[in-house]
Amino acid sequence: MIAASPGHLTLALGRRAGNGYRFAGLSLGLALLLASAFTAQAAKIGDLTQTRWTEQAWRFVTLSDPVVRYACLGTVLLGISCGLLGSFLVVRRMALLGDALSHAVLPGVALGFLWNLEKDPLAIFIGALLAGLAGSATVSILTRTTRLKEDTALGMVLASFFGMGLCLISMFQRLPTGNKSGIETFLFGQAAALGPGDIQVMGAVTLVVVGLLGLGYKEFLLVSFDPGFARVLALPTVWFERLLVMLLAFSVVAALQAVGVVLVSAMLIIPAATASLLTDRFHRVLVWSSCLGMISGLSGAFLSFLGTRLPTGPFMVLSASLLFALALLFSPRQGMVPRWYRQRSQRVRIERENTLKAIYQVLESSGFAAETVTVAALAARRRLPPTTVEAEIRSLVVAEFATASGDQVALTPSGWQRACAIVRNHRLWELYLTHAAQIAPDHVHDDAEKIEHVLGEAMIRELERRLPRIDTDPHGRPIPSLPASMAGARLGAGGAGHPPVGYGGRS
Amino acid sequence: MTLIPEFQAHRVFVEPWTTELGSHGLMALVTFLVGASCGLIGNFLILRRMALVGDAISHSVLPGIALAFLITGSRGIGAMVLGAVVAAWLTHGLIELISRHSRLKQDAAIGIAFSTLFAIGVVLIAVFADKVDLDQDCVLNGELPMIPLEPPVRLGGWVLGPPPLLRLVVVLIVSLGLLVMFYKELLITSFDPGLASCLGIRVGVIHHGLMLWLSMVVVASFEAVGAILVIALLILPGATASMLTDRMIPRLAWTTVHAALSAISGMHLSVALDCSPAGATVVAGAGWFCVAWLFSPTEGLIPRRLRLHTGSVDSRLRSPELSDSSEIA
Repeated sequence: MIAASPGHLTLALGRRAGNGYRFAGLSLGLALLLASAFTAQAAKIGDLTQTRWTEQAWRFVTLSDPVVRYACLGTVLLGISCGLLGSFLVVRRMALLGDALSHAVLPGVALGFLWNLEKDPLAIFIGALLAGLAGSATVSILTRTTRLKEDTALGMVLASFFGMGLCLISMFQRLPTGNKSGIETFLFGQAAALGPGDIQVMGAVTLVVVGLLGLGYKEFLLVSFDPGFARVLALPTVWFERLLVMLLAFSVVAALQAVGVVLVSAMLIIPAATASLLTDRFHRVLVWSSCLGMISGLSGAFLSFLGTRLPTGPFMVLSASLLFALALLFSPRQGMVPRWYRQRSQRVRIERENTLKAIYQVLESSGFAAETVTVAALAARRRLPPTTVEAEIRSLVVAEFATASGDQVALTPSGWQRACAIVRNHRLWELYLTHAAQIAPDHVHDDAEKIEHVLGEAMIRELERRLPRIDTDPHGRPIPSLPASMAGARLGAGGAGHPPVGYGGRS
Repeated sequence: MTLIPEFQAHRVFVEPWTTELGSHGLMALVTFLVGASCGLIGNFLILRRMALVGDAISHSVLPGIALAFLITGSRGIGAMVLGAVVAAWLTHGLIELISRHSRLKQDAAIGIAFSTLFAIGVVLIAVFADKVDLDQDCVLNGELPMIPLEPPVRLGGWVLGPPPLLRLVVVLIVSLGLLVMFYKELLITSFDPGLASCLGIRVGVIHHGLMLWLSMVVVASFEAVGAILVIALLILPGATASMLTDRMIPRLAWTTVHAALSAISGMHLSVALDCSPAGATVVAGAGWFCVAWLFSPTEGLIPRRLRLHTGSVDSRLRSPELSDSSEIA
């Protein structure tokens, strides 16, 4: 199941990539690698404990045990509520408020335990909620009444409340009942400790979160992305902000037993951050982020279940981070690898186009008398060492734009067409700059050198329409027409005695 | 046994300074040393709005420390510092990587980087529980009560104290030394990085040096107060001092005063309530911050409110509506 979850994601990513079976294959391989890494880790955990991890895994997968069922249900609910609210935190750049809030609930948890000296989900929920709200109120009062910046205020509240909570817990643990109460599972999380009461609280919270966000989706969206406009529309933005912090506190508190106080904030931030790398639309971010939250919650519960007394929270966070790392690397539009690949293929294309242009220019300088150019002439033209030019020619040969024999290079029909198109782009742009923007002819070359590679078909048609005559460029050289492939073939093959004609007659 | 032990003035206020000096007094000294060295660097973190970078680093040194334990199998300070510095640099690198190569902003990048590293640390400790002389409680609370029990270092005929105490003394001296040597650079790069680079100060080098210093202080404090409460000791003294004065040197002095006050009152609090001494120190520090917040002559809430009511002239605080009303005039 662990093997499956990152695998599905990378497959999905691969499928969405524009040009990539290669890419899908790569991701699949990586997923397999990760899966084997996971099993290796699981084996290590199993070695250290008495229970056999295979048996534990079987118990988990078959859901035969009520403990497992509660744990799964709880982590799914947690994934949904944290994923939804985390998305708001991430887009509003309030990620660290989640961190402060989640640490600040600790004294409330301890007081909830003290209420009747045992684990009572409702008392803990109320205590933690109050503490969380007190914490966020303190942050806002501190930033309003002092010169302290928000980061300082967040850090102070986080640590002071947490210290208070630790004091209360250490006092509580001296009591005879204290050590058996399971309060320490609240620090790093223990999904296996979830009971029916916890599930009820979590279910109710998730329902409230989903319901309120569904009802006020448009308003929450507006308040988050454009508060100024929301105020102009007379929306009570302050109340929406407060409601959002309230819901945030709700979901943090509901998630405590499963993830633990220390790492709740990670379950808010990481799935939402991953989602925002995968898509641009906010409603899709919400869906992705809840799904990723669920996946990482379940796999965290599974991993911690393999050993005895392993905390759940860190495993959940690590699963979420793994998914994040995959998205950071392989997300189709934003991922580092696809972006790097796109940049690299663009660089290769530009290099090829420059070489083709140089071949054209060498041919042109001889009045199209010769059919081939020498490497030496090309190197001189491009002011590059011959070895570099040879490498570029090999790249052209691979792309079937040119054929090489000895040091003689000849263009193929498609190469000839491409070369004409690039030279035409370049010279049309120069002409346009001198004609429309009144730029001196000796200032237009550098600009055209860059834009020739990106001018599209439509833009070229537009230039042709706007320019009165397009037979020669500002430097007096003829602008080549785009040969149809057959004509290009003739020109490339042998009819190069006369220069290609412009579109002058047509315009 | 009740939750709050019966209050006995003699036990709470006298014994720590007489019969219990070797344990409680020593703990107060340790928390003072931690608070002072954290507070000094914390002032610069606050000025540079890097308070949460301090938070991130204090969390993320955990896997470094845990790995150092696993590899060397001992509590050697050298390996621990090395591991923690590597982890701190890794956090820094991850934050840069995420915020540069994706659309995520720095806050999300900080959150992701440190929680991931912290989770790795907790997993290492939990999985290799029998091989690491560290537990989850130590990560949270530190091991302050254990420090007086360690065998003291002896030099000649002198008893110098337990090794963590000596380490903290060294860290504080190094911190003071760095502060004196690079005071001007730190000050200028914190307030005006543009001017600093005009003057030929290497802003980036100072920044990385500060990070290195921070990781050293955090590692040394880890043993005493754990990974999370360090952030309180980094920020609270500086924040309190910033309520009291605008000048940097007095601010640093107030920081030290705050560290001493919270160490002593935290110790008394932990004796009175019989609770975690590290937590009590943080609570006491937060309490002293609240005192400064309420009563500071220049910034405090109450003096400001009083000035507003008596109408004393303080142009900074007089808002236009008030100066128009007849009551004030």
